[in-house]
Amino acid sequence: MSCQVRPLWPPFIAGIVLGLVLLLTFILVGNGMGASGAFARVATEIGLQVAPEATRENGYLGGMAQGNPLAAWIVLAAVGTLVGAILASISSGRFRVKVDRGSGRIGVGARLALALGGGLLAGFGSRLAAGCTSGVGLSNTAMLGVAGFVFLIAFFAVGLLVSLFMRRVW
Amino acid sequence: MDYGTAGTALATGLLFGFVLEQAGFGSPCKLTAQFRLTDWSVFKVMFTAIIVAAIGILLLQVDNTFGSQGFYVAEMYLWGTVLGGVLIGAGFAIGGYCPGTSVVGFGSGRIDGLVFMLGMVIGIWAFAGVYDSSVIQTIVTSAQASARTVPELLGVSPWWIVAAMIVMAIAGFAAGRALERRSHGVYSAEDITEGHDPGESDELGRDLGREASASRQHDTA
Repeated sequence: MSCQVRPLWPPFIAGIVLGLVLLLTFILVGNGMGASGAFARVATEIGLQVAPEATRENGYLGGMAQGNPLAAWIVLAAVGTLVGAILASISSGRFRVKVDRGSGRIGVGARLALALGGGLLAGFGSRLAAGCTSGVGLSNTAMLGVAGFVFLIAFFAVGLLVSLFMRRVW
Repeated sequence: MDYGTAGTALATGLLFGFVLEQAGFGSPCKLTAQFRLTDWSVFKVMFTAIIVAAIGILLLQVDNTFGSQGFYVAEMYLWGTVLGGVLIGAGFAIGGYCPGTSVVGFGSGRIDGLVFMLGMVIGIWAFAGVYDSSVIQTIVTSAQASARTVPELLGVSPWWIVAAMIVMAIAGFAAGRALERRSHGVYSAEDITEGHDPGESDELGRDLGREASASRQHDTA
């Protein structure tokens, strides 16, 4: 079984290829890669289905509710990201349907609760920063943007700090 | 959106997800190990990618090739950016992913990645709920930086910034290598797929980490 699992790309190689993919995205589209923007569009679309009036009247979602939120470039890029990850993990024998509990010191329920809570913080934070690790941390920094550097410093500093309290999980 | 735009969105997204998975970034263990300082893959991959893309962009901008002088760079509102980084850093340490890598985690079969994605949608609704409050409005609209890029802000050549980043990357790579050696090592493909710690022994006392690295060498050869 495990002999079919292909090795990961060395970080330096993966970094060079990722940088070239990012450069290609800038050349083809004029801006970098993002992820969290797609979730804002999905949140708007679900809002339109569940509570159309409240969504249209909302100061934040209302703007995105004009037109088709799911027709945005960034939503298709996220779909592409999902497909790319599926292709990579299947072709390298690493695809496993599971709840990833790390080394297994916490239960499935606890792991999913942490994933939900972490996602909640990241979703809220991504709207404050108008982007996430991809759109601000990676793409803005590649343009030598002020936002990218500030974001990465805050991201790594707090990640290191909060991680101290999460040792039991991983 | 025309077919060309849709095609480039899908294609670039696909390449992005493919590379991130090959780096092992679908695994919340490997991702959070950066913050435990035992596996520096996140730092190495991100810094290398940023430097490669930054050099490419600067070279293109010399003659405005592909309209590169107009490539988008967002302005910065200090408090929104700092607090966003704080919450995403905390969410990463707690939930094991950032927004993009949760998609990669789900794509490699991880249900917790999907749950993280669901959490993000809820977090965005929560943000929308308080968006009109004066606190949030102040955070997202105040303390705007006077320039969009660091070279403009500091009034220096962008190449000095790239040079400084290369120095930081080399220092980080050296620090990372030292700390990775002191810990039980980086997560291999086997570790993240089968769910055990690097260097962990199985019930027969075999060193799983060593077997993993042996098979890694075998694969490369």
